[in-house]
Amino acid sequence: MNRREFLKISAALGAGGAMPALLGGCAPRPLPGAGAVTTSPTVCNMCFWQCAGTLYQEDGQAWKVVGNPDDPHCDGRLCTRGSAGIGAYSDPDRLRQPLLRVSEGGAQRFEPVSWDAALDFIAEKMNTIGEQYGKDRIALFSHGGGGKHFRRMLQAFGSHAYAHPSFAQCRGPRETAFGLTYGEGVGSPDRTDMSNSRCIVLIGSHLGENLHNSQVQTLIQGLNNGATLITVDPRFSVAASKSKYWLPIKPGTDIALLLAWMNVLINEGLYDRDYVARYCSGFDRLAAHVQPYNPEWAYLETGLEPARIRETARIMATAAPATLVHPGRHVTWYGDDTQRSRAIAILNALLGSWGRPGGFYQQEKVALPEFPVPQPPPPKDDWKAVVQGDFPLVSTGISNKLVEHSVGPDAYIKGWFVYATNLPMTLPGANEQIKSAAESLDLMVVVDTMPAEISGYADVVLPECTYLERYDDLRNAPERTPTLALRMPAFPPSHETKPAWWMAKGIAERLGLGEYFPWQDYTEVLEWQLKQAGSSLAEMQRIGVKRYPRKTPVYFADDQPAEFSTPSGRIELYSTLLADAGQHPLPRYTPPERPPAGFYHLNYGRSPAHTFGRTINNPQLFELMPENTVWVHPSAAARLRVASGDYVALENPDGLRSNGIRVRVTERIRPDSVFLVHGFGHSDQRQRLARGVGADDAALMHNVKIDPIMGGTGMRASFVTLVKREVS
Amino acid sequence: MTTYAMVIDTRTCIGCGDCVVACKNENKVPAGLNRDWVVEATRGEYPNLETEFRSERCNHCGHATCVTNCPTGASHYWKDTNIVLVAAEKCTGCKACIAACPYDARLLMHPEGYVDKCTFCHHRVEQGLDPACVSSCPTHCMHFGNLDHRDSVVSRLLRERRHKVLMPETGNQPNVYYLI
Repeated sequence: MNRREFLKISAALGAGGAMPALLGGCAPRPLPGAGAVTTSPTVCNMCFWQCAGTLYQEDGQAWKVVGNPDDPHCDGRLCTRGSAGIGAYSDPDRLRQPLLRVSEGGAQRFEPVSWDAALDFIAEKMNTIGEQYGKDRIALFSHGGGGKHFRRMLQAFGSHAYAHPSFAQCRGPRETAFGLTYGEGVGSPDRTDMSNSRCIVLIGSHLGENLHNSQVQTLIQGLNNGATLITVDPRFSVAASKSKYWLPIKPGTDIALLLAWMNVLINEGLYDRDYVARYCSGFDRLAAHVQPYNPEWAYLETGLEPARIRETARIMATAAPATLVHPGRHVTWYGDDTQRSRAIAILNALLGSWGRPGGFYQQEKVALPEFPVPQPPPPKDDWKAVVQGDFPLVSTGISNKLVEHSVGPDAYIKGWFVYATNLPMTLPGANEQIKSAAESLDLMVVVDTMPAEISGYADVVLPECTYLERYDDLRNAPERTPTLALRMPAFPPSHETKPAWWMAKGIAERLGLGEYFPWQDYTEVLEWQLKQAGSSLAEMQRIGVKRYPRKTPVYFADDQPAEFSTPSGRIELYSTLLADAGQHPLPRYTPPERPPAGFYHLNYGRSPAHTFGRTINNPQLFELMPENTVWVHPSAAARLRVASGDYVALENPDGLRSNGIRVRVTERIRPDSVFLVHGFGHSDQRQRLARGVGADDAALMHNVKIDPIMGGTGMRASFVTLVKREVS
Repeated sequence: MTTYAMVIDTRTCIGCGDCVVACKNENKVPAGLNRDWVVEATRGEYPNLETEFRSERCNHCGHATCVTNCPTGASHYWKDTNIVLVAAEKCTGCKACIAACPYDARLLMHPEGYVDKCTFCHHRVEQGLDPACVSSCPTHCMHFGNLDHRDSVVSRLLRERRHKVLMPETGNQPNVYYLI
């Protein structure tokens, strides 16, 4: 039987509706580009990929943004969100002026204030915290380049506590695991060499829906060149639909599959013996460790047939070393995520793909000196020992630990700066904790372009201008081709918005720390740096992207020994650091919890139309995807008596309910799971398009599993059921 | 007569909608209206599934029923090509073309009320550029060119790959091809 599911993804054409009757026609609109066209370079900030592009204006009006053909991040093509960048600039709901929380007759509200009043207030509060508790008690949460300036200001003040949720809520397990194995992380952009791969394996990574520009482009190039795609996912993702093999794995059992693949490679002698002998340590221990985990064992855990496990392992080995077992990106799933990422790292080593064409290439960036500023005084206290002492292998901040240590009168952290990250939708199941933290903190400053749930908790909200209205640091990302790219303003800042560097400098000056920001305008910094790199601001304003020659090889050279920054100097299949830390030195499988009766695994992911919750209110992207749906298998839908288009609430075992969300009945999901796109369900009333639309997966996460190695929040161990409700 | 065609590879289309956003920006299409859209079609039962994504728009038909059904001559072929345009100054908003189009590819322009549609970005084609949707596609799954030239990319792709058009039974001779 063939069932056919037919969905128009984008909005209707809009024929029909009340329109004026035209009797004699009307004057035609001018053709696009017929007016006076000007261009300026930019670096997109619609997500963290930071593609270089060109902004076009026609007759002084914003027209379009397109990719810069010289840019390796985008190869001349921006993605859906990048193409909609003007929507971020023109969004009528943007933050417009500094806001200060005031109490009046028992009620609190935000009062628009001058920049002087806002920055004076912040500096005063910081000094009070410093006098009362010490100058080291203010934490910074940041996602994006502008956070750097607040970090410098806070370090100069004496506060070093800092976390970016892209570690503990996203790619931390993978960076940690690859660091333990290879001595360095995967980095961003990911150093995957997919255009040259002959076999690509995606473990729960839904590239395509996850529109990391050059990742998707190189994946497609690989497929066009004939690569075999193997996708492991409980959902028939877009990537799965492009795959030769889709392995619809039982959620949470990926490590069992990875161990079985290693078992086949080792026991059938298919691994890269030469590579392992040259570069790796701990092979014998690994070989002994994987013996019990044959495909028959894995079948019972994963639901994947042993023959398929063997067949896919052999295909990987045949294509090796041009086989990429993709490390994924958002990988904080079940709390054993560093173990799973280690298994992926080890599998790649057995295939000999790290440092080889079609596997992982070696990255290089431009040697660009930092503008000379004074070094901040060394920290008085070791905040990491206080906040996250349980995780000695982690060198960066763990955002969930910082939040924990901000709750209550005795909390170590007394103030927050939150730059461009909406913590209530970023941290799983943390709404109550963030609310408690907000109540106990003496100062919370939120910096962003748009209002969001986090700014509702702030004492002060600082409106940043969008990326189309400001200079930022030069983009100097590690890549195949070293490049510099310039973001420059196409428009003056709207309303009373300001760039991050200006705000941080203003606060620093009020604290008597102006020497850490020794410039009047950020162009002075860029001009100085570009001069060191043999360019100039004028040149970059003209070309946008400058390519530099490589100085190091892209792949391991056959005649050169490779060195790894691990304790043994080799690729550590057996991790000595994990052994020393009392953790499992070889990947260990922990069976996942199964849903209680009537509940389903809560799976979530991305849409190419949106970046987390940050773009839902962008008028162009909202039109493309105005709400999320909950994907339900037809058998589950029958049991729950719901049909496509019905509004339901999602309810977790603690009884917490979501907003209304539409059901999408589809064969593309396992019967034991549901799926929704992350980022919807905004409650902040100031986002007039996004408010109240769709459901927020993060709020429903009741069973957050903390990774014992890197402290991240496992976000896929939660369950929900569907509750029918009246149309909201 | 020049026959322009679009050839879209469904095997590499990821349904991201970038073509939709790029078109709207390039052509300044008002909010709420679209000249192109993306369709997702899934066949089969779990776990034996196929999903196809298609970026759809006006097919710039060789026998365009919208042109033959337009009472005022507003719907017309651009120069000596198959690109179908609407001359706003001749359009009365009667919607005969909307009824005649098998692809539901026409829209009523806000606020004026004339009929609007995909133009294959003829203002770009004139400059030797691809339509905005084609030149924005991050997977390079869309191709544009002249079918009368044997060595054009579109001609070559149609020679080498299995393909289909939508609703060939209408006899409209559509010129948007899908590689399958």
